[in-house]
Amino acid sequence: MIDLSTEFAGLKLANPTVLASGILGVTRDSLKYVVHQGAGACVIKSISKEERKGHDAPNMHGIEGGFMNAVGYSNAGWKASKEEFSGLKEVGAPVIASIIGKDAQEFAFMAEHFLSDEFAAVEAVLSCPHTPGYGTLAGQGTPESTAEITREIRKRTKLPLFIKVSPDSQPIGEIVKAAEAEGADGITAVNTMGPGIQLNIEARAPVLHFGRGGVSGPALRPIAARCISDIYQSVKIPIMGVGGVTTGHDAIEFMMLGASAVQIGTAIYYRGLDVFRHITDEMSEWMEREGFSSVKELIGIAHV
Amino acid sequence: MKDWLCKNDQPLMLPIQRIEDEAEGVKTYYFSHRLNSRPGQFVMMWIPRLNEKPFSIAYDTGEEFGLAIAAIGPFTQRLAAMKVGDRVGIRGPYGKPFTIVDNAKHVVMVGGGYGVAPLATFAEQLRTKSSKIHFINGARSEHKLLFRDRLAKLDAETYYTTDDGSFGEKGRVTAPLERILKTGSVDFVYTCGPEMMEKAVFDLAEKYNVPSQISIERYMKCGYGICGACSVDGTGQPVCCDGPVVTNEQARTIREFGVHHRKGSGRKEMFA
Ligand SMILES: Cc1cc2nc3c(=O)[nH]c(=O)nc-3n(C[C@H](O)[C@H](O)[C@H](O)COP(=O)(O)O)c2cc1C
Repeated sequence: MIDLSTEFAGLKLANPTVLASGILGVTRDSLKYVVHQGAGACVIKSISKEERKGHDAPNMHGIEGGFMNAVGYSNAGWKASKEEFSGLKEVGAPVIASIIGKDAQEFAFMAEHFLSDEFAAVEAVLSCPHTPGYGTLAGQGTPESTAEITREIRKRTKLPLFIKVSPDSQPIGEIVKAAEAEGADGITAVNTMGPGIQLNIEARAPVLHFGRGGVSGPALRPIAARCISDIYQSVKIPIMGVGGVTTGHDAIEFMMLGASAVQIGTAIYYRGLDVFRHITDEMSEWMEREGFSSVKELIGIAHV
Repeated sequence: MKDWLCKNDQPLMLPIQRIEDEAEGVKTYYFSHRLNSRPGQFVMMWIPRLNEKPFSIAYDTGEEFGLAIAAIGPFTQRLAAMKVGDRVGIRGPYGKPFTIVDNAKHVVMVGGGYGVAPLATFAEQLRTKSSKIHFINGARSEHKLLFRDRLAKLDAETYYTTDDGSFGEKGRVTAPLERILKTGSVDFVYTCGPEMMEKAVFDLAEKYNVPSQISIERYMKCGYGICGACSVDGTGQPVCCDGPVVTNEQARTIREFGVHHRKGSGRKEMFA
């Protein structure tokens, strides 16, 4: 029997698979459903100060070997969302808040008003590539911005704080060092890459209404793997690996490179919500064959 | 081994084959394409550079399919201005359909508005199983009643109700439904239409201990269980995949059924 349990910045996880932000996770009951399907923890859909409709549809699109999205941060705003994400004990696993802001002041506002101690941790997203005013399009992917935003949130919450970074922000080592220095407890790596463009040539139009979108899924995996490797060499705080994890073997790869847990998003598109069980089964089977007894033994053993 | 990695959901750009008037303001757009849909499923229609919206499938003969659409918003108005030969993007079909339940020999279908169409398709299929079908079609008034021609061709006992009595029985669909249920001979109830109508139908079926299937419509963006917009409270399941058609057992656990739905931002809105 493989021990799948692990710990991440003080959070106890029954297994290392975590629902990534923005895939389902719009409501409390959907988180409960995902945990019931086998996720060790979950991250809610990112929440902003104001209610946002998001970009018009199509806002997601499967491509060969990957997936593109430009959802544009649709969410009900901090007040309605605070109500939505209450009674979180019912979910049955740690629930991680996800917050976004246009600048450090808005992140500070979200930390002060939206976060409650029902959440097990908070992930601050500095890395969306397709929503004007937020993330990399707002210049949040620099060491300076990362330091300022981390500092402002840190002052206002005792929850474990994770900073979610972009695979396109370089040098990524400097960015995560800035987060660590200002008191972040973990790094989520990575958000979608790009943005990219795909046209429908019959329509003479981009497949996504916004025109461009972040790329996720298997196409992102080698880039995410390299980011995890860079980050592992740069900081001591733990890493949640995310980007194209679709099988147990992918999860093992990320953990061997230094991730302490993995998040799963796009794989749900390919394998349905059973993907959490598939991944943990595939991990157990492989580790048993290779003589491991706990997932914790994997972390960083093959860092590059 | 990893066949699932080849999955994608690219829209097909299909030309509009013909357009037929269905009722005041409602047209059916036909496409010659083998959709292989089942009644109760839906497609996503994309108008490039405008938007993409889900539509339930009104007709599917195997050779062509039709979508009955009222011009009410910017998207459907743009569609209404299109001509035969203009192309739109179609992907799907998505979702769980109405299903034939073994031993159900005597069924009631209750449709309102566009919800009549998938039930009519379903009724056409059920007929081959020699079931007895009661079909109740209700609307606010006569000019809102859809698919009367189609129901006339159906080998079913049809009932019409209008709130204002302008056609058929004055009142709601629940009146004829209850009369039929009281006979004690009904094996199954199917319903598709405005949610408060569906809720009333479901409640009556429950009262008479008759199992039912209900089509629950929610705001949908992706159609394949990723965006989370259509996750319903109670089960937390996205109804684009674990619906839109649900069983009465499922409906009992969907806390928001007949109570609220969510807008595109995720904010709750109560049903009036
Ligand atoms: C449809 C969709 C919506 C997303 N929304 C968010 C979001 O709101 N906040 C966020 O931090 N990341 C969001 N992401 C990024 C994912 O959390 C994740 O970082 C990325 O997709 C890479 O992981 P994956 O390949 O497992 O999907 C979204 C991704 C997708 C595909």
